Amino acid sequence: MSPVMLELLVRSLWETVVMTAASGVISLVFGLPLGLALVATARGGIAENLWINRVLGAVINGFRSVPFIILLVALIPVTRFIVGTSIGTWAAIVPLAIAATPYYARIAEVSLREVDRGLIEAVRAMGGNRWTIVREVLIPEALPGIVAGFTVTLVTLIGASAMAGAIGAGGLGDLAIRYGYQRFETSVMVAVVAVLIVLVCGIQWLGDRLTARLDHRG
Amino acid sequence: MNTHVTRQLAEAAAREDDVVRLADVRRRFGATAALDGVSLTVRRGEILGIIGRSGAGKSTLIRCLNGLERPDSGSIAIEGREITGLGEAELQPLRRRIGMIFQHFNLLSAKTVEENVALPLKIEGWTKAKRLARAAELIDLVGLKGKAKAYPSELSGGQKQRVGIARALAASPALLLSDEATSALDPETTRAILTLLKDINRKLGLTILLITHEMEVVRSIADRVTVLDAGRIVEEGPVWQVFATPQAQTTKSLLSGIRPQLPTHITRKLVADVTGEAILGVDIAGPAATGPLFQQLSAEFADGYRLVHGGVDHIQEQAVGRFFIAVPAEATARFTTLAERFGAQVEVLGHVAGHA
Repeated sequence: MSPVMLELLVRSLWETVVMTAASGVISLVFGLPLGLALVATARGGIAENLWINRVLGAVINGFRSVPFIILLVALIPVTRFIVGTSIGTWAAIVPLAIAATPYYARIAEVSLREVDRGLIEAVRAMGGNRWTIVREVLIPEALPGIVAGFTVTLVTLIGASAMAGAIGAGGLGDLAIRYGYQRFETSVMVAVVAVLIVLVCGIQWLGDRLTARLDHRG
Repeated sequence: MNTHVTRQLAEAAAREDDVVRLADVRRRFGATAALDGVSLTVRRGEILGIIGRSGAGKSTLIRCLNGLERPDSGSIAIEGREITGLGEAELQPLRRRIGMIFQHFNLLSAKTVEENVALPLKIEGWTKAKRLARAAELIDLVGLKGKAKAYPSELSGGQKQRVGIARALAASPALLLSDEATSALDPETTRAILTLLKDINRKLGLTILLITHEMEVVRSIADRVTVLDAGRIVEEGPVWQVFATPQAQTTKSLLSGIRPQLPTHITRKLVADVTGEAILGVDIAGPAATGPLFQQLSAEFADGYRLVHGGVDHIQEQAVGRFFIAVPAEATARFTTLAERFGAQVEVLGHVAGHA
């Protein structure tokens, strides 16, 4: 592989990492509270409100049912409003984050819902309020699942970011399509896939280790 | 001062001594009445055992006391303060006056022993240094020195319940609620945990209300017992009295595993006809049971009797005797009169032809 190609590969890797990391962090920041809201407002939750629960659920399902490639295009006005442009790496972060947030919210919801109700009851019995329950019970007890779910979300985002080439965002997927596929440079394709495999394995390994360290459920 | 005012003052003083006072508490779940008019008091410093089968309403009752469950009607007063009308925000400070321990311990898995114990204090707003110092004291008290930094998953069931107890005591509560706290433990660990609870009750003068389905738990530490069946109190009294002379059918059946029972091979031979020997159940308890009953019986009952089964148990330092005695059928009345004179209660269980 030529030095030019190598530089291109490094740049694409950086673009993929930026897109994945930025949209990942945003999906965590918005998805976790959303997941909490889903669990809290559900029947028997700490802030039961079935009406809000249904509306939230419907909105999340709505976003999750739109294929990402369509979301990417459909959100162009929103992207332009937020980033100022609809083209490039930073522009791709908006649709990626908007797609990943409801996805992560559902994953977080599952982990939070599995927290033993007895623990919530114990903290209520010692005089804790809802905020105490969230801070001392729900989040810490669900943390292994929250981290494991975040790992899954990051890996999914790496896959989704490959489509971001459609709006000129670059990244490894875009490199593989333009050089590896359209210009028949098999070596580029192979290199991209190899880098992706290493990236995904690395993230998964880190995520698994962190999850294991946080898990004291025995 | 007129007598009316005097009585009111006396009542007020009495109320001060009642940590818990329930009057006609009712709670329904759909068609079933979980609590069907329960009235009871728990006095300061005592251990009250509430026993009943599963589904008798015990859990609903204990959860009503700290407002985790709300009754449909009736009055619940904790340390003289009515709690039924309180909102969630007003209940929170009240709950800090009430510690609770659970069957499945309910320890936070992500927190160490000391963090678990210190949590009620964190909720109360103590500084970290102060709450960890208090946690260390309590960890010591429950016999878990050296385990402060361990996670609950590294502890045995008995140790977990010790952490639960330390946590329940952290905020110096006026009342400790125990919800089947030993039901998930083996008999040896159960005894150790009950001993610990009794110690704490003595040392700190802590009032304890425990619910259980095991008579053994009530027997070993409670001062008074309340028997609950289908949401109603069917019997209550000092433990030794209820054990000596259970009145309600539920109590009798709950006690069947713990009091001497007529061996089944004899029960099978019992007939209603008055023939051969009468088999009598003799209950004697309290001061009467410490007298020379058998010596007196032997001296005054000429027809001869046989001890078939039974023994003397000691509950709350009171002797509680239950014996099965065989006497010639025709002498039954004479024996009964005599035994009753010595303070025993006699029940004719049936007759056996010849020797039982």
